[in-house]
Amino acid sequence: MTSLATSTSAAEAVTAEGHEGHADLRLFGLATFLVADGMTFAGFFAAYLTFRAVNPLPEGSTYELELLLPSINTMLLLVSSYTFHRSGRNLLLGQMGPCRAWLLLTAGLGAAFLAGQMVEYFTLPFGLTDNLFASTFYALTGFHGLHVTLGVICILLVWFQTRNGGRVTSAAPFGLEAAELYWHFVDGIWVVLYGILYLL
Amino acid sequence: MTVASPNDFQDSLQPQGWLRYFSFSLDHKVIGIQYLVTGFLFYFIGGALAGVIRAELASPISDFVSRETYNEVLTLHGTVMIFLWIVPVVNGGFGNYLIPFYVGARDMAFPRLNAVAFWMIPPAGILLIGSYFITGAAQSGWTAYPPLSLTTPALGQVVWIVSVLLLGGSSIFGGINFIATVLKLRRPGLKLMQLPMYCWAMLGTSILVVLSTPVLAGTLLLLSFDIVAHTGFFNPALGGNVVVYQHLFWFYSHPAVYIMVLPAFGLVSEILPIHSRKPLFGYTTMVYSILAIVVLGLVVWAHHMFTSGTPPWMRLFFTIATSFIAVPTGIKFFNWLATLWGGKLALNSAMLFSCAFIVNFVFGGITGVALAQVPFDIHVHDTYFVVGHFHYIVYGGTVFVIFASIYHWYPKFTGRMLNEDLGRLHFLLTFVGFNLCFAPQHWLGLNGMPRRVAEYDPSFTTLNQISSVGALLMAISSLPFLYNVLVSAFKGQVAGDNPWNALTPEWLTSSPPPVENWIGAAPLVEHPYGYGVDEDALSVEAATGRDLWSGTGRR
Repeated sequence: MTSLATSTSAAEAVTAEGHEGHADLRLFGLATFLVADGMTFAGFFAAYLTFRAVNPLPEGSTYELELLLPSINTMLLLVSSYTFHRSGRNLLLGQMGPCRAWLLLTAGLGAAFLAGQMVEYFTLPFGLTDNLFASTFYALTGFHGLHVTLGVICILLVWFQTRNGGRVTSAAPFGLEAAELYWHFVDGIWVVLYGILYLL
Repeated sequence: MTVASPNDFQDSLQPQGWLRYFSFSLDHKVIGIQYLVTGFLFYFIGGALAGVIRAELASPISDFVSRETYNEVLTLHGTVMIFLWIVPVVNGGFGNYLIPFYVGARDMAFPRLNAVAFWMIPPAGILLIGSYFITGAAQSGWTAYPPLSLTTPALGQVVWIVSVLLLGGSSIFGGINFIATVLKLRRPGLKLMQLPMYCWAMLGTSILVVLSTPVLAGTLLLLSFDIVAHTGFFNPALGGNVVVYQHLFWFYSHPAVYIMVLPAFGLVSEILPIHSRKPLFGYTTMVYSILAIVVLGLVVWAHHMFTSGTPPWMRLFFTIATSFIAVPTGIKFFNWLATLWGGKLALNSAMLFSCAFIVNFVFGGITGVALAQVPFDIHVHDTYFVVGHFHYIVYGGTVFVIFASIYHWYPKFTGRMLNEDLGRLHFLLTFVGFNLCFAPQHWLGLNGMPRRVAEYDPSFTTLNQISSVGALLMAISSLPFLYNVLVSAFKGQVAGDNPWNALTPEWLTSSPPPVENWIGAAPLVEHPYGYGVDEDALSVEAATGRDLWSGTGRR
């Protein structure tokens, strides 16, 4: 049976191109991971909606929230998705200057969102353990805020990597594309979160 | 069976030395073996814990260990066996070893992520086991239901949560890797419907892992907030809702049963055709029944909660959905029986364990359908009937397949055969011990003995003692197995490349295989189950120019 392993066949050799000798699957892998991450949020959303449907709040507590600041925050994130998209287009066109500028703007918008979130936390009339809604509110927005924080760090990292001689170029755009996909995902989650937490 | 003559060129490509199994190796075969060996270590730890449980239950009073210790042991047994033994072994172990072969790849899609996923397991296991000695282990069972998990000692429970989060993360990373490998890394020319069945099983399992495990992770995060920060998500005293925890927990933990059995279904679908010398019966129905189980498996979780105040419409829906799962599962069992039917059966150890799997799992499946019916479930809920049912599924089902798979693939892993006589002795002891241990638990449950207790009514003594004797037999059964796998690695009969005359791609290379799986191009296997059909028509030979049957004679 040794002939099996050693026989040289004329069968085609898989051409080694892309990552690890096969097509680059990293974005596919990231997308799969984001499905998983989205399911974590889905679990939280389901818990929140069930709490809201069946668990009455104690006397004097309310689901009402100030809308102005979170609405501005929502706009900031939506705009940041657009600026990231612009940055990605510039990268593919090889225009590194505008690409990096749009990246910085995106990171700035993300940081502004986080600052707005902080302001909201400090002005809210309830704390983490006051009632079930308060706990759920902080868990949901906190878990999302953690994602935004990670996103801003990633954007700054990519900004650094797009410098002259960095590893992210128009020929090797993976780092930026991955950060962009992740950022759009975090924005999308926020839109759902805004809808069920603030508007509902 | 032929003796493989050593090939210098090949040997020079093999990674050398046993140390690589302790390294951050990126080779899927090394990682597969790492999963398997680690899993078996935890199996023996979990088995020892089961031994403590059965020793305690050999008498109606708590005399062997204290009640608190009993609760810790019970919690550790469940957690270790599920998260550190079965899930890593049937997914990470066999999956990592076999899937790249089956899709015709040289490694998994993300080798580094693969190594990271494995190396999350030992710390999690050490944390979990260590908690028993250092802080006291969690006492609330593997389900960690609040409010029990909020009132038992907090430190052990938090360590348990951290450990399970690590294991869940490992499982998700593995799932992402399998999905990418099966869908995207197939050798050019290999179609989805030509894949060996284990690929489909792992694809289905990984979809369940990716969709459901994160929900458990989120839930345990909330539970840890309840313990550490005194929030009230699941604490009724603070306005929280325990039933929400149960819903979220079972949204993962029911699919987790399929995460444990679907890969076993896949493995047994590889073993049966080879040792019956017949094609796998009903390939297409097998694929669609796996996919049906994936979809249905996601919408049946509340059948664990019929006594949790679930409204009638919910009971009705989940009863019907659960009963439906018996249909695709039944299809698979008829397919396996039809595969065996009229075959040229080789009743070796791999085959004995596989056939016993069919018997055990059908029994466990029937009690499962019974448990899906609300009136019956309410009667036996939280009794030993559930314990018996669960172990018939997970031990009688999956663990039997793990043993079958070890007997089947050991020659590929090591290049040497296992001793058949010891294998049959192992099978006999396991089969008798297993049934002796778990069959009486159905009677106990029907008569009302609750689960998770260290003490019971003296009228249950005889059946419990029979069960404990069965457990002792199971413990003894691991001795011939351990001796066999340890000694055969050095002294076993040399296996050759393809001792079973198999057609699936992992056998079309040397044993053990070289680093990148094949010298030269990967073979294109279009008919992985083409046994008994005209061999000249098999495209393996046609495509690769290799004579599969040389030196062994045609069967």
